Amino acid sequence: MATAEKGVVLLDFWVSMFGQRCRIALAEKGVEYEYREENLGDKSPLLLKMNPIHKKIPVLIHDGKPVCESLIIVQYIDEVWTNNPLLPSDPYERAKARFWADFVDKKVYDCGVKLWKLKGEAQEEAKKEMIWILKLLEGELGDKKYFGGETFGFVDISFVPFTAWFYTYETCANFSVEEECPKLVAWAKRCMERESVAKSVSDPHKVYEFVGVLKKKFGVE
Amino acid sequence: MAEEVKVFGHWTSPFSCRVGIALRLKGVPYEYIEEDLSNKSSLLLEYNPVHKKVPVLVHGGRPIAESLVVLEYIEETWRGNPMLPQDPHRRAMARFWTKFVDEKCMPIMWKSLWSEGEMQQKLMEETNENLSILERELDGKKFFGGNSIGLVDIAANFLSYWTEVLQEVAGISLFNVEKHPILFKWANEFMSSDAVKECLPPKDELLSHFQAMKEAMSATKARQN
Repeated sequence: MATAEKGVVLLDFWVSMFGQRCRIALAEKGVEYEYREENLGDKSPLLLKMNPIHKKIPVLIHDGKPVCESLIIVQYIDEVWTNNPLLPSDPYERAKARFWADFVDKKVYDCGVKLWKLKGEAQEEAKKEMIWILKLLEGELGDKKYFGGETFGFVDISFVPFTAWFYTYETCANFSVEEECPKLVAWAKRCMERESVAKSVSDPHKVYEFVGVLKKKFGVE
Repeated sequence: MAEEVKVFGHWTSPFSCRVGIALRLKGVPYEYIEEDLSNKSSLLLEYNPVHKKVPVLVHGGRPIAESLVVLEYIEETWRGNPMLPQDPHRRAMARFWTKFVDEKCMPIMWKSLWSEGEMQQKLMEETNENLSILERELDGKKFFGGNSIGLVDIAANFLSYWTEVLQEVAGISLFNVEKHPILFKWANEFMSSDAVKECLPPKDELLSHFQAMKEAMSATKARQN
């Protein structure tokens, strides 16, 4: 097992927004690491050993020691590699950043799943909820360049991988993110100009294809 | 001059209690404001427009919501009696276990206490598994934080106190000295520490509160059938 080795390994899955958060953070810090793609239908012994509780990706393995849960991983990366800080230095600003990253975590993924899994009235409800979520996030962004202000940071990293899913959400539930939240779309474009983001975030059409496969698997029309 | 600290909470809420414990641990004086959750104050809605929930910490007029976000803020603002270790990997592990308690243990335990029949059986089994996992994590330490109370201990406050009351209301035994002796011992240590015991709501009142909640739920069900 490659667990006593020095260095950084990321156990991940190509389309995972959570894994992408870690990839972006590592890239922002200029950290060299080994990316290992997991087959989620046949998880590696290493993954099961490094994350026995949840058995999920992403897992960051640093000098043989595992860190699990994407936002915990991003904070760990920020604390170990102190160049280019991802969280602000002021405790209140840090609290605000944690609050909004937590909001993304609690709300976006689950609502997104409802958008492609459900139909009819249930999907309509999910659409309303997603629009509410996105508008709240847009409100927090305001006219800032990034959620972190002038600096790309924790909240940007926590949310930007989900922007690859906008096309899927829009197509499944019939609405336009740009119409509802133009500032958010503009922010997403600015983020994509960063190499760390462009290299990590999925192509929206590949996401849509992937969801198509999932839909077949779950018997969704 | 220190800026004033206010906590908007509810006496039955373990989440509010977490904030009180952390502030007491750090020796930070604060004003506690009891919210009527059936009639939330305009201040609460102004301070937490997104979730409209307690607890909210207000420090020098600036609000912070979500109990675990508040705990990290308290940790970073008042440095005495740290709730998190210094080492980044150990910090990450503390955050991991805090999240496990908050997002897995607590909600599943809560649901098991309020459900019935086969569903309840399934949730009880899952709870038992989660408690065993937590027990293994304690691994001979006095607290999850080591010799002193840390973030994980505070996050698990529901387990040490609320569970006892709720088990009585539900008429089931999820957490007891026979099944989880190490965790049970932890719970007693935790509840007897100064920072914690001053924050806990009176047991008999909590019992009445949840009994009333159960009766209201049963009445609603009976009307629906």
